[in-house]
Amino acid sequence: MIKHAAKMLAIVGLILGFSTPALSRVQEYSLVIDKEIVNITGKPLKRITINGAIPGPTLKFTDGDEAVIHVTNNMKEDSSVHWHGLLLPGAMDGVPNFNDFPGIKSGETFTYRFKIRQDGTYWYHAHSMAQEQDGHYGSMIIHPQNGDAIKTNRDYVVLLSDFHEDEGNTIMSNLKKSSEYYVYVRRTLGDFFSSVQEDGFGKAWKNAKMWGAMRMLPTDLADISNYTFLVNGKTPDQNWTGLFKPGEKIRLRFINASAMSFYDVRIPGLKMTVVAADGQPIEPVTVDEFRFGVAETYDVIVAPEEDKAYTIAAEPIDRTGFALATLAPREGMRGKIPEQRSMSLLTMADMGTHHNMSGMVHGAHSMRAMDHSKMNHTGHNMDSMNHTSHTTNTTGSPAKDFVTGVPGSGWANANMPAGQKALSYEDLRYAGIQKDQRMPEHEITVRLGGNMERYIWTLNGKKYEDSGPINLNYGERVRLTFINDTMMAHPMHLHGMFVQLENGQPMSKLPNKHTVIVAPGDTYSVLLTADEAGEWAFHCHLLYHMMAGMMNKVVVARLDDTQVPVQSYFPREQKMMDHHKHQMKNMDHSKMDHAQMHHGNHDMNSDMPAMERSAHTTQQQDRAGGYNHAH
Amino acid sequence: MLIKKFMLVALCATILATPAFAGEEHGGAVYHTFRLETGMGGTDDSAGIADWDFDGWIGTDENKLWLKSEGERENGVTNQAEFWAMYSRNINTFWDAQIGIRHDTQSDALTYGVIGFEGLAPYFFETAVHLFVSEDGDVHARIRQENEFLITQKLITQPYMEANLFAQDVLELEVGAGLSSAELGLQTRYEFTRGFAPYVDLKYERKFGKTSSIAKSNGEDNDTVVGTVGVKWVF
Repeated sequence: MIKHAAKMLAIVGLILGFSTPALSRVQEYSLVIDKEIVNITGKPLKRITINGAIPGPTLKFTDGDEAVIHVTNNMKEDSSVHWHGLLLPGAMDGVPNFNDFPGIKSGETFTYRFKIRQDGTYWYHAHSMAQEQDGHYGSMIIHPQNGDAIKTNRDYVVLLSDFHEDEGNTIMSNLKKSSEYYVYVRRTLGDFFSSVQEDGFGKAWKNAKMWGAMRMLPTDLADISNYTFLVNGKTPDQNWTGLFKPGEKIRLRFINASAMSFYDVRIPGLKMTVVAADGQPIEPVTVDEFRFGVAETYDVIVAPEEDKAYTIAAEPIDRTGFALATLAPREGMRGKIPEQRSMSLLTMADMGTHHNMSGMVHGAHSMRAMDHSKMNHTGHNMDSMNHTSHTTNTTGSPAKDFVTGVPGSGWANANMPAGQKALSYEDLRYAGIQKDQRMPEHEITVRLGGNMERYIWTLNGKKYEDSGPINLNYGERVRLTFINDTMMAHPMHLHGMFVQLENGQPMSKLPNKHTVIVAPGDTYSVLLTADEAGEWAFHCHLLYHMMAGMMNKVVVARLDDTQVPVQSYFPREQKMMDHHKHQMKNMDHSKMDHAQMHHGNHDMNSDMPAMERSAHTTQQQDRAGGYNHAH
Repeated sequence: MLIKKFMLVALCATILATPAFAGEEHGGAVYHTFRLETGMGGTDDSAGIADWDFDGWIGTDENKLWLKSEGERENGVTNQAEFWAMYSRNINTFWDAQIGIRHDTQSDALTYGVIGFEGLAPYFFETAVHLFVSEDGDVHARIRQENEFLITQKLITQPYMEANLFAQDVLELEVGAGLSSAELGLQTRYEFTRGFAPYVDLKYERKFGKTSSIAKSNGEDNDTVVGTVGVKWVF
């Protein structure tokens, strides 16, 4: 009898075991953050290492893994690790003072635990002070459960970073002394006389006068110079090399882990087929080069046929050197290094048209020639539009600018040879079908601002310490419209959730991004489904812009009992149900995958966006607050 | 003595300000910039000149303690020494409003209340305008402007202009009402680094109006040319 019961228990246990995530593979890593002497530029410098190296180790996972990462801080100062692009609980996101995460104190070990629920190329870095500049970064690869859909013979991480002989905190304080502290490309008297010779005195004078009147510099493409650009921690001389046999297919996982540097990336002699952006799959696009924003990642496939060395050349946009690496059939080979292209000067266009039209949110794109042929109206999924037509303040259309850089932009001019193809944001098409195809319920305008004179950078005119959070209701769909009032490009990064870039592709094909470059003077919009509860950092990923204040907090209504009292929650949920009541008859219950809801609030059934959202909200609440609200 | 006091104030401010704002990582941190120029040279009257010019601040983007000191020694005798301490408040993109005190040990031991503006005018003119009220109630103003032109990225020439205006005669200072004195100069420096730049400075100083007459009646020239060689430090 007892034996029988035990057997039953064992069987029950087995069933339970298989059906709970407890049995998923645990992938454990230990990272030790320390300050050590490194010699990268020929000068021994004390910098931050992770497990003794810059960059830190590549952490590999498989979708569905339970990630357990022990991070020990051996430095004298506080630290943290943020998992860039990962979907995870807020407390594991690694931003000090967000979601009650205290940071990792000196001498302490913090264990990050979260379930992996995505795949692709990501990275990690400090979210404390300027530690990212000093070496605190590394790469993450998450493989799909059934192996990568695109089979390749080789798979390499190509992590770009910018190393400086000044420590990050020193750089920041120097920028506060003068925003031109590191700028050694200012216009000289000689440049002025050259312009006089080229354009005549009148035009040269007028141009100089214009910049002078604004107290701005046309050479302000980058705030910091004297960087040494690294590939996987190697200088151009050290020449990181990825081996191949001619005829093989290679996946290169490009990660821009730089503190401040944008690059134009190319491999002369090879076409690159871009298959993922920010870790998320896109339909393959073949290009000769791509502009690479800070914190973005791109997976590209290359297939070198010849038995020779190919140079991976990433050229910063202020053209102050190269990050160089080699793909070669054998060690010790080196391909031809391309010549440095000339630096572009910023133009009036980079100032944007909205400068003179304060308050006119749509000024920028209303001025621009709209290319309606590129807009796939049918793709906007009229079904989902009907579903959401009851929302009162649905905003009309996305910003109509589908490429990075305004027409006539100096910033966007990569000086690329004619006939070559550079990746454009409008090329990005999500490789799957976007689950949430609802139109946004409302629009949030985010103006990117700056004061170069004092090196202050702001979102909606406010520094982080002066701003309140952006509050979103769980499950709501919003549009974030970025308006760049500055003359620099800002890679805007949202933690915890992917945004869908409104790049002119149909709604179902909008690419997921965690970081979006907003070019100087440009306007760009993204859609966001607020389906991850928590406090999420939202900031410019240029390190010193963030430190200067270009950051905000996005709060997705946290549904636990400490934040929202029980009594206030249910009426709100009821209201939400009523709100969507008219849709209920249209629901196709056969398509609702209840099992999926448990882990995949990102895994939504596209046919019933609004209603299913409500269901998810309930699920999320079950998990977070332990309520039992059956549906 | 006063220099010591001045340094003490600066030190206390540093110590007090820093921990209070530690952890304000995203826009609230305390920074500082101090510039010190010390030069030696002579005048067209072949007098030996040594001078210093200190200017700097500590604080946040919005609120700063701003310190200044400048002075000149001629043939071993200090004939001008000013020490300023001001609260400086950022009022818009390019400008700070300032209020504080200035104490001179030479040419006359006098304390002033200061109010003024400092910032960047269009066409990159670094501009400072200050109004002073002395303990005796006398009012005067000073305006200073400078600009920079790059010969190369490191060889930089900087023209500057300064003018002093008095609301009344101040006989102790041997100045008369109106524009009392002005200087026009050109400092050319080579920035080995942003923090270290040797320079050559040449300026023309002239007294005007009643001040000029007072100088003449004292048997002095109403103008001088001063040339100095020095080092600019930024820290």
